[in-house]
Amino acid sequence: METTHLFGVNGMNITNAAYIVAAILFIVGLKQLGSPATARNGNRMSALAMLVAIVATVVGNDIASWEFILGGAIVGSAIGAYSARKVQMTSMPQLVAIFNGFGGAASAVIAAGELIRLIDEGEVIAEDVSITIMASVIVGGVTLTGSFIAYGKLQGLVPTRPLLLPIRNVINVALLIGMVASSAWLVIDPSITAFLIAGAIALALGILVVIPIGGADMPVVIALLNSYSGIAGAATGFVLGNNMLIIAGSLVGASGLILTRIMTKAMNRSLMNVMLGGFGVEDGASASGDEETRPVTSIQAEDAATMLAYAQSVIFVPGYGLAVAQAQHQVRELADLLKEKGISVRYAIHPVAGRMPGHMNVLLAEANVPYDELKDLDEINGEFQRTDVAVVIGANDVTNPSARTDKSSPIYGMPILNVDQAQSVIMMKRGMSAGFAGVQNELFFLDKTQMLFGDAKDSVEKITAEVKAL
Amino acid sequence: MFEANLLITSLTVFVLAIFIGYEVITKVPPTLHTPLMSGSNAISGIVIVGALLVAGKAEGLPGQILGAIAVGLAMINVVGGFMVTDRMLKMFRRSGQK
Repeated sequence: METTHLFGVNGMNITNAAYIVAAILFIVGLKQLGSPATARNGNRMSALAMLVAIVATVVGNDIASWEFILGGAIVGSAIGAYSARKVQMTSMPQLVAIFNGFGGAASAVIAAGELIRLIDEGEVIAEDVSITIMASVIVGGVTLTGSFIAYGKLQGLVPTRPLLLPIRNVINVALLIGMVASSAWLVIDPSITAFLIAGAIALALGILVVIPIGGADMPVVIALLNSYSGIAGAATGFVLGNNMLIIAGSLVGASGLILTRIMTKAMNRSLMNVMLGGFGVEDGASASGDEETRPVTSIQAEDAATMLAYAQSVIFVPGYGLAVAQAQHQVRELADLLKEKGISVRYAIHPVAGRMPGHMNVLLAEANVPYDELKDLDEINGEFQRTDVAVVIGANDVTNPSARTDKSSPIYGMPILNVDQAQSVIMMKRGMSAGFAGVQNELFFLDKTQMLFGDAKDSVEKITAEVKAL
Repeated sequence: MFEANLLITSLTVFVLAIFIGYEVITKVPPTLHTPLMSGSNAISGIVIVGALLVAGKAEGLPGQILGAIAVGLAMINVVGGFMVTDRMLKMFRRSGQK
């Protein structure tokens, strides 16, 4: 069977059979990620699927030059293994961002290689082939630079505040027109020049799309870029006529899209709203206008210790501030102590706690918090009213009851943890500052709320010492 | 005509895979969303297959170099992604389990 691109078919029956096995293993592997008990096995199954796909590809094709492939594989594996071992759990979002970028880059480079091969062999490049090459370089290019900017923002190398260029709309429109024009050119007359221009525009677009997005919105961006890296892989599958790439790429694309939707829903924002950027810029300015004069009740660590020690049930509400203070281990120690006293302890995790979907769960798991104590929003929200003490550590906007009632609030409609329904609330905070959204938290001013000011790690350590002394 | 059929076949596979992905992944609990992301990151390293094909077919030096770069980039995702996911999942344990 002769076609212009031989890879997918060409009578490679064993290879294709192996690809089916790999696809099944990927799907079952992802299915096993449905429970923490089987997840590790699921990940191994996916890794096995990858091995099957790689071996099948190498065996089923005449690989002309080994040296280059082996060199690339060794260098890539070494970099991957090193970063996987060294990365701190607080930096997981950066790692995922940069890996996404590499995935996008790989897709674009493969499209370039395939184009060069087709041109070298003097083949007439059919339009469906050039369309897929175009899609691969554009999605790959946007993913590459977009991910690197997201990495820079998370790492603090690029300012995390939304950067709004005055003429950005003009630039964006110009780039979009340029992209449509160069893609059309690449499809109609596939040449290296057209490819390079389309690629350069995609790279610029990736930067401009992510630059205006604020630091607090990075979870959405990472999830979206995750999806792009999958779609880029699927696009590469179209270029090469290879079903293995299409299936695995689609699975990743779907996963990223689902996570993106979960994150935007948890923030009560539309994806459009996140992408347009600039969230919190105007709000921050207006909030500083009216000084807060209402009184709050503040307590010391020993009072907090007494409250906790005589409670029957306690819910910890951790936010990213907890991770910044590196207080996970101290919180778990306190929780262990309370559990020894027969107090029920659980953790309420909001979907946007942390810097990427699920981040807080990993940070707490690292501190040896058992996963069955980690409860998500839907599981825990009905439980607050039956809880004696809710302890909020480094979380703010996600506990603000005005999200339910105040239609003028920028966070109105955002799903929140019903901390205000607990019998009493201990709020650990450095000061009275507002959260990301720039609004004051009504929870602070409730009669049942006690503010415990200071560094989270310090405060938790003091409470633990006091509880021991009781 | 064969070309058009190939594109339609590819599209069919693509659409079906998206549906399966949607069904399977909506069942992953929020607790595991970070490992899901790093794990799916590793799976997007499947472009290694494409990289191998391009590198393997390349005859000129530019093609070979591009192939090697693509293989390297994809392997960072594959090895790094699966390893870091395993590192995370190892930490998840039940109450009372050491």
